Amino acid sequence: MKILVVEDDSEAGRYLARALNEAGHVADLAADGETGLEMALAGTYDVLVVDRMLPKRDGLSLIMALRAEQRTTPVLILSALGQVDDRVLGLRAGGDDYLTKPYAFTECLARVEALARRQNPQSAQLTYKVGDLVLDRLAHRVSRAGEDIPLQPREFRLLEYLMRHAGQVVTRTMLLENVWDYHFDPQTNVIDVHVSRLRGKIERKGQATLLHTIRGAGYMIRDPGR
Amino acid sequence: MARTTAFKLSAFYLLIFALFSGIILGYIAWNTRRLLDAQITETIETEINALAEQYRQGGLRRLVAVIERRGRQSGSFLYLLVDGRGDAMTGNAILRVPVQSVSPGWGEIRYNWPDEAEEVARLAKVRTFILPSGLRLFVGRDLEEQDRLRVTIRRARGLSLLLVVLMGGFGAWFVTRRVLSRVEGVATTSAAIMAGNLAERLPVTNTNDEFDRLALHLNAMLDRIGELMTGLRDLSDNVAHDLRTPLTRLRNGAEDALRKAETLEDAKTALERAIEESDNLLRIFDALQMIARAESGNLATSLKPQKLEEIVSSLAELYEPLAEEAGLAFQTKLGTGLVANANRELIGQALSNLIDNALKYGLNPEGGGSLSITAEKSGGQIRIAVADRGKGIPEDKRQAVVERFVRLDASRAKPGLGLGLSLVAAIARLHGGELRLEDNAPGLKAVLVLPEAGGSAGRSLASGPALPEKEA
Repeated sequence: MKILVVEDDSEAGRYLARALNEAGHVADLAADGETGLEMALAGTYDVLVVDRMLPKRDGLSLIMALRAEQRTTPVLILSALGQVDDRVLGLRAGGDDYLTKPYAFTECLARVEALARRQNPQSAQLTYKVGDLVLDRLAHRVSRAGEDIPLQPREFRLLEYLMRHAGQVVTRTMLLENVWDYHFDPQTNVIDVHVSRLRGKIERKGQATLLHTIRGAGYMIRDPGR
Repeated sequence: MARTTAFKLSAFYLLIFALFSGIILGYIAWNTRRLLDAQITETIETEINALAEQYRQGGLRRLVAVIERRGRQSGSFLYLLVDGRGDAMTGNAILRVPVQSVSPGWGEIRYNWPDEAEEVARLAKVRTFILPSGLRLFVGRDLEEQDRLRVTIRRARGLSLLLVVLMGGFGAWFVTRRVLSRVEGVATTSAAIMAGNLAERLPVTNTNDEFDRLALHLNAMLDRIGELMTGLRDLSDNVAHDLRTPLTRLRNGAEDALRKAETLEDAKTALERAIEESDNLLRIFDALQMIARAESGNLATSLKPQKLEEIVSSLAELYEPLAEEAGLAFQTKLGTGLVANANRELIGQALSNLIDNALKYGLNPEGGGSLSITAEKSGGQIRIAVADRGKGIPEDKRQAVVERFVRLDASRAKPGLGLGLSLVAAIARLHGGELRLEDNAPGLKAVLVLPEAGGSAGRSLASGPALPEKEA
């Protein structure tokens, strides 16, 4: 995956680019808003990671210029401003996701990969399949090995989000944001309890583990056969 | 600066005053002249009527006789009768204009008495007639008297204007000095405050005029600034104190690992602990920033009508599994139609903090316990209560726990920042409400009281700062 990082702090930028490279992606680095916009328009990137405060052209203006050129490349906004209204401003300018500095790299990586996946047309399927687990979005039904699993509406949305991002790490904050639509830091393991309850329902004794806990990062649902 | 303003103001008022006085005096003078003129015209008119009567009764001879007789009286009218060729037939004056050319009607004409030198050209108001026989009759009245009066009036006008300017000048100076001395008082006090004497307040005279209102508002503003300053000072002291502890731990841990860690595994563990510690520090910063933002009122524009029961139920649903896991009986009782102007994210954060607290401290010492969340409205207020059956908070400590970094758990065994309740209180204030800590006998009942949208309680629920309606 090709990623452009637009970040004026050279140390933070190099760190992020190197870490993305280590994760198996190709990351380019731009140090100011103008260069970032040129590179974004010239290159073919899968995801842009844009800092909000940049010299020459700020992050939001970069995104608006990009969108004015009909480029739909997904953008993850990085910002030290983490408050509710700043997030709304960022998303309104055309950003796709918002991450507050400082962040854990795993969080950033998970979000970048989720954004790239969102671009992929197959992400909006009507049914998701992971191993023998099937989720039917239209009928609101989940079954494993042909056997129906009754789920609460929220559990259904949780599983839906995990399966949409099958094979990818999904962090706790991503779940809180996308399933519950809250952006604050709950400080306790609220999400863990929900995930473990869900796990109890979709994984019976003797069945293969599908929903994995990734230490220090979050969760991932994965086809055991692959 | 004040002195020049005083001068400008006085000069301006004086100018206006003088201008109006001038106009009024001018009007009086003009009116007086008009009256005098009318009076002269009337006396001449009367004289002419008398002459006409004589002429009708006795013809030309009678007229000439009357003119001669009357012309000799002192202070008399001016008479002149000339024949068709312009020669004087009778009269007591010599006109200084060609008599033939004077057209009938009213006019002002220069003349002399016969015994005077030609240079003394007197002015008279004269009415000219042409009699049927082709004779011209001039009847007039001297204007010297009127001129004298005119001069007197002009002189009086000059004097009155001078008087007016003097009086007006003094008045303007007196009034502006009085007004500006109070402005000066404000300036002096502000200077003292700027110099660092923050306890100084503007003088209030209790006359309840504009200056008093200004002073009262400025004083209220200073009080508010003072409160904020005190809060800020306390906060920075607390921040310094409370950040020192985790920072020291972080530093010591790193030092320890550097000295003792022999295997890669040891080093990794130490680094993980360091990351955890720094995450904790960052969370403190986030919470502090959030409190500051909520308290500054910047977020007031993000308040929109929200159904609070939906926010409460989504959070209850989020936390229910955790509460059950912790061994607490979980109950919710939500009313309907609980609409308030609120920020969903912030109310969610506040409730999450309250529930978090209940989960941490609400466990009954004998095991078990319960967590109940209720939301209801009454009298224009919406009350969202999070109640537990834990130890509760003693009444005398309830005020303190809302302050930043205050934790009753002296050992600080439980994880936490000591910022949770102060953030809740700040969020409540932002919404025009308040956080009330009540006794749940036993346990704690934390109540978020918010004004209902459109309710009578409105924004005046808390005595907190009036939030400015800022632009988005």
